[in-house]
Amino acid sequence: MGNEIIDDVAREGDDYKYGFVTEIDTDIIPVGLSEDVVRLISAKKEEPEWLLEFRLKAFRHWQTLEMPRWAHLTIPEIDYQAISYYAAPRTRDKAKEPGEVDPELLETFDKLGIPLAERNQLAGMAVDAVMDSVSVKTTHREKLASMGVIFCSISEAVKDYPDLVKKYLGSVVGYRDNFFAALNSAVFSDGSFVYIPKGVRCPMELSTYFRINAMGTGQFERTLIVADDDAYVSYLEGCTAPMRDENQLHAAIVEIVVEDRAEVKYSTVQNWYAGDREGRGGVYNFVTKRGLCRGVKSKLSWTQVETGSAITWKYPSCVLVGDGSVGEFYSVAVTRNRQQADTGTKMIHVGNDTRSTIVSKGISAGRSENSYRGLVKVAPGATGCRNYTQCDSLLLGSQCGAHTFPYIDVMNDTAIVEHEATTSKISEEQLFYCNQRGIPTEEAVGLIVNGYAKEVMNKLPMEFAVEAQRLLSVTLEGSVG
Amino acid sequence: MNTLDQYIELYESSEAVVNANSAEVLNAARCGALERLKTIGRFPEKGDEGYEKISVNDMFAPDYGVNVARVNIPIDIAEVFRCGVTTASTWLGAVANDRFVPTESLLRNLPEGVTVTSLAKAAVSYPEIVGRYYNRIAATDRGEVPLALNTLFAQEGIFIHIAKGVKAGKAMQIVNLLSSPVPMMSVRRVLIVAEEMSEISILFCDHSRGNISCLSSQVIEVSVGAGAKLNICDMEESSAQTSRFSQFFAVQQEGSELKVNGLTLLNGVTRNEYYISQMGGGAVTSLDGMAIGNGEQHIDNYSDMKHCCDHGRSSQLFKYVLDGKASGAFEGSITVESGARFNEAYQSNRNILASHDARMHSKPQLLIYNDDVKCSHGATTGQLDQNALFYMRQRGLPLVEARTMLMQAFMMDVIDNVGIDGLSERLRHLVERRFKGEEMMCAECNAKHGV
Amino acid sequence: MKDNILLEIKGLKAELTDGGKEILHGVDLTVRPGEVHAIMGPNGSGKSTLSATLAGDPRFTVTGGSAMLHGVNLLDLAPENRSHEGLFLSFQYPVEIPGVSMVNFMRAALNAKRKYLGEDPLSASEFLKLMRRKREIVELDNKLASRSVNEGFSGGEKKRNEIFQMAVLEPRLAILDETDSGLDIDALRVVAGGVNKLRTPENAAIVITHYQRLLDYIKPDFVHVLYKGRIVRSGGPELALELEEKGYDWIKEEVDNKNSLTL
Repeated sequence: MGNEIIDDVAREGDDYKYGFVTEIDTDIIPVGLSEDVVRLISAKKEEPEWLLEFRLKAFRHWQTLEMPRWAHLTIPEIDYQAISYYAAPRTRDKAKEPGEVDPELLETFDKLGIPLAERNQLAGMAVDAVMDSVSVKTTHREKLASMGVIFCSISEAVKDYPDLVKKYLGSVVGYRDNFFAALNSAVFSDGSFVYIPKGVRCPMELSTYFRINAMGTGQFERTLIVADDDAYVSYLEGCTAPMRDENQLHAAIVEIVVEDRAEVKYSTVQNWYAGDREGRGGVYNFVTKRGLCRGVKSKLSWTQVETGSAITWKYPSCVLVGDGSVGEFYSVAVTRNRQQADTGTKMIHVGNDTRSTIVSKGISAGRSENSYRGLVKVAPGATGCRNYTQCDSLLLGSQCGAHTFPYIDVMNDTAIVEHEATTSKISEEQLFYCNQRGIPTEEAVGLIVNGYAKEVMNKLPMEFAVEAQRLLSVTLEGSVG
Repeated sequence: MNTLDQYIELYESSEAVVNANSAEVLNAARCGALERLKTIGRFPEKGDEGYEKISVNDMFAPDYGVNVARVNIPIDIAEVFRCGVTTASTWLGAVANDRFVPTESLLRNLPEGVTVTSLAKAAVSYPEIVGRYYNRIAATDRGEVPLALNTLFAQEGIFIHIAKGVKAGKAMQIVNLLSSPVPMMSVRRVLIVAEEMSEISILFCDHSRGNISCLSSQVIEVSVGAGAKLNICDMEESSAQTSRFSQFFAVQQEGSELKVNGLTLLNGVTRNEYYISQMGGGAVTSLDGMAIGNGEQHIDNYSDMKHCCDHGRSSQLFKYVLDGKASGAFEGSITVESGARFNEAYQSNRNILASHDARMHSKPQLLIYNDDVKCSHGATTGQLDQNALFYMRQRGLPLVEARTMLMQAFMMDVIDNVGIDGLSERLRHLVERRFKGEEMMCAECNAKHGV
Repeated sequence: MKDNILLEIKGLKAELTDGGKEILHGVDLTVRPGEVHAIMGPNGSGKSTLSATLAGDPRFTVTGGSAMLHGVNLLDLAPENRSHEGLFLSFQYPVEIPGVSMVNFMRAALNAKRKYLGEDPLSASEFLKLMRRKREIVELDNKLASRSVNEGFSGGEKKRNEIFQMAVLEPRLAILDETDSGLDIDALRVVAGGVNKLRTPENAAIVITHYQRLLDYIKPDFVHVLYKGRIVRSGGPELALELEEKGYDWIKEEVDNKNSLTL
C-alpha cells in the first residue's frame, strides 16, 4: 500500500500554480558574458565608478575559476555564454509618475498573492517586489523611513546610501568566495537593501519577492541586510518562476551583518519552478547566503523551506565572531521527480561562548536526490562553544536518495559539538493508524510529513508558516490525486 | 622529484628482483598496478576529498628503503612474545617486517582445516584459491594509489584459510614486528579466506621497535563465505617514528557475520581505511575503532560500509581520546544501494578532546538509495564530564586519577565489544597503562611463553 | 575552645564562576563534633551553593570569608584533599559515571585517602570485606555495587549509594544535600537509618532540606534558615516545626522589611 502512494507521488502532475508567464515588453540584453556586458549592466543601472570596478574585479576572478563539483549533484554543463544577464520589464509609459507601477506587473504580483497597490497592501508586511533584473516596487517605505529603517532595492541604495553599501557590500561574501559568488558579484542585477539603525525593532516583517519572468535569462540578485546595535528585523524571501522547458540559472548572494545584541531572522520559502516529471526545465538555484554575527550577543536565525528548483546548491551560514553570538539554521527541503538538492549550513565559531543549532529535515520522493551538507567548525581560540545538530531524512519511495554529509572540525577542547542524524521511510504504523481512523493514505502522508517538519515550520513567521505548510502539502499530497 | 615517481622508478629499476623473490599470482598483478599509478600520478594530499586532515604524500615522502631482494633483516623473535596482549589461549604466529615467520606453536597446534602460511608460498601451493581472491577483493577509487603501490611491491605476506564448516576453537594471533636498522617501508599483504560456515577469531598486533622511522603499507583482503563468522582485531602499538597506512577490504556473503576492531593504542601517523561490502542477504557487520592519542600523534580512520542486499545489518562505533597536540580524523559512510531492502545501519563517532591543543575532525555520512531502511549516525566531540570529575574528586580521587578513570571508562564499550576470549581483560589493562603513561609491552608475558 | 569546633564558616561569599553572580553574601556557621545542623530555606536561597562551595565545586568561586575544618583552611584545598580531610558531600543529584565500576571507584577513593594520610593501601580482600560490611548499613544490593557508578540506579538507589559511600569513607563532616528529595517513605527511612548508624560523638552532619519530613528521622540539634545567601535565623528543632506549620513567607517578609528599612 505504501508503495502505491509513493508511485503516486512520483506521478505528480503539473500542479505548479505559479507557472504562468506575464506577457510584457522586456528589455533584454543579448546573451553572453564579457567585460563589455558587465560594463553594460553597470551603465544601465547608472552606477558609480567604484561599483563598476567591483564588478570587473569579480568578473576577472570568475574567469579563472571552474564550477565546483564536490556537491552530490549531477549538474549538466551550463553554457554561460547562452544566458542573458539583464532583463527589465519595460514600463509602458515611462514619463508617467515616478513610483507608479505598470498595471500588468501589479496584476502579476496580485496573481502571486503579493498585492502591491496601495489599497491592497499587506498590513503587517513591507514588500520589495523584484521581477527579473529590477525591483518593481517597495511598499510601506515611508512608514519605515520614519523610524530610520531603510528598505529599498539595492540599486536605489547604491544611489541614495552609497556609503552604507560601500561599507558592507562584499564584506561577508567576498567575490573570491566561490564560483557563483564571483559570477554574481560581476553581474548582479537587483535585490533588497535593509538597514535597521541602532536600537530599532523593525515594526513589520520585511519581505522580498523574486520572480523570474523573461525567457533565456538568469537571475542574479543581491541582498544586503545590516542590523546595527540592538536592532531587530524579521526578513522573508519568496520566489517563483514560469514553467519552461529550458533551465534557468539563479545565482544570488545574501549578505547579513549583525552588530552588538542585534537579531536578524531570515526566512525563505523557495518555490522556483522545479521542472517537469522527467526533469525537463526548472531553475538551477545556486545561492551563497551568509551572515556575519559581528557583535557580541548578536543572533542570526535562518529558516528555509525548499520545495522548488531543479537543482539547489545552497548553504546559508553563520560566522559567529562576536562573543556570545548565536547562529541557527532550520531547514525543510523537499525533493521529488528528478529534483536534486544539496543544502545545509556552515556554523563557524570564532568568538567565545558562541552557540549554534542546526535542525534539518529532508524529504525525498520520486527519483530525486536530497543531501544535507553542513560544516561545524570551532576555531582554536574560541572557548565554551556549543553546537547541536540534528538532521533527519525521510524517504518516500525506493528510487530516491537521501544523504547526509556533515563536516565537524573541533579545534578547541572546551567545545561541545553534537551531531545526530537518522534516515528512514515513512512509518507504516503511522500510515495504518491514520487509515484506521479513516484518513486516506495521501492525506495521511501529508499529515505525517507536516508533523515531521513542524519543528522547522514553527520557526517561520505566522504569515509564512501557513503558506509554507500549504505548499508542503500541495507538493506531496496534491500530487497523489 | 614527485614522491610517487620515486617509488615507480625504484620499481622499474628492480622489477626483475621483485618478481624473482615473489610468486606468479602476485607478480601478475603488478603490471596493472603500475599502469594505474602512472595514470593517476600522485598520492592524495591533505585536503583532497576524503583526506581532509592527512597528507598521504607526506607519509610516503621520506626516503624509505624497500627490501625488494628479501634480505634477511635480523630480528629478535623473542620480542614477539613480549607483546602485551598475548594470552595463553591463542595460536601465535609472527611477521617480521613483511616476512612471515612460522613458529612451532602455530605449526604444531593448528587444527585440521586451518591453514596459515606465507602468501608467496600459498600462491604456489594453492594457486587457485589465492588467484581467485588476491587483489580482487581490494578495490577503491579513493585510496587507489596506496593500494596500487602495495600491489606493486607486495612480495610476501600472510595467507589464512579456514575450510568449509571448520570452527576454530580458539583465536589466532599474528604479531607484526617492524624493526629495521635503516628507514624502511614494509609492504604487508594479508589474504584471509573464511569458507562457508567456518568460524575463527584473528588478532593482529602491530608493534615497532627501535628509533628508526618506518612505514608500513598494509592491505588486508578478506572473504567471508556464506554463514561464516569472522572476528578480526587489528591493534597498533607502535611508536612516534612509525607511519602506518592500512587498508582493509572485506566482502561478505549471505548470512555471514564479520566483526572488525581497529585499535590504535600508540602510534606516529596512522591512516586506517575499512571497505566492507555486504554482497549477500542477511549479513551482519560490526566495525569498531578506538584511538588514543597524545604528543603529536595523528590517527585517521575512514570507513566505507556498503549494503548491497536485503536484510543486512551493520553498526559502527569509533571513539577517540586526544590529549597533548594529538589530532584525529574520522570519516565514515554508510551506503544502502537502491535494490537493498530492509537494512539497518548505525554509525557513531564519539570523541573527547582532553587538552587545549588536541584537534578532531569528524565527517560521518549517510548515502541512502532505498526507502526501506533504518539508518542513523551520530557524532559528538566534547570533553570529560565536568560533573563526574567533581563527583570523583569529592570522593577523594586526585584529578589525574579521576581523568584517567573517565578516559578509560569512555573506551569501555569498544573494549568490551572485542569478542575474543581474554582479550577485553588484557586491553582494559593496556588502556589503563596507556592513559597512565606507563610502558605497555608488559614483561609478564615473557614468562608465559618462555621463548 | 577552638579544639571543640569542627567546622567554622565566617562571612563566606561565593559567586557563579560562569557569570559572576554572587549567591552567598556572607554565611556564618559553627558546627561542633557530635552535632547535627539542619539548613532550611526556600528555593534558590543558596543552600546547595553553600554545600557545593564547601566541597570545592569549580562552578562556584569564593570571593570572601573563610571556612575551617578542624583548623584546616578548606578553601585552600583541592576538592579531593577536602574529601581526605573528612568532608563528605552527599549530592542532591549523584552523577552517573558509565564504564567506571562502583568497586574500582570506591577502592580508588579509599586508597587515595589512605595515601594522603600516610597509610598503606588496602588489599583486595580487605577491601571487599569492608565493602560487604558497609553495604549492610544501607541495605545496598550487591548487584548495585557491581554496576557502574550510579548508572541506571533509581532515585532511591542513588541516595542509598551516597550513604554507602559515606559509610566507606567515614567522614568527619557529612553534608547531606536534599538527600530526601525524590525518596519514598521506605527509602527515606533506610537512608536516614544509615545516617544515624554512622553518627559518633566525633563526627557531625549538616542536613540540607526543604521539609521537616527528613528531620523526623534525623534529629537536628540546630536549625538554620538560609535566605538570599545569608543565614537569617537560627534556633533549635522547634524552628523546623514552626517552618513546617507557617511556611517561609513570614521569615521572608521579616527579612525583606528589615532590608528595606536599612536602605
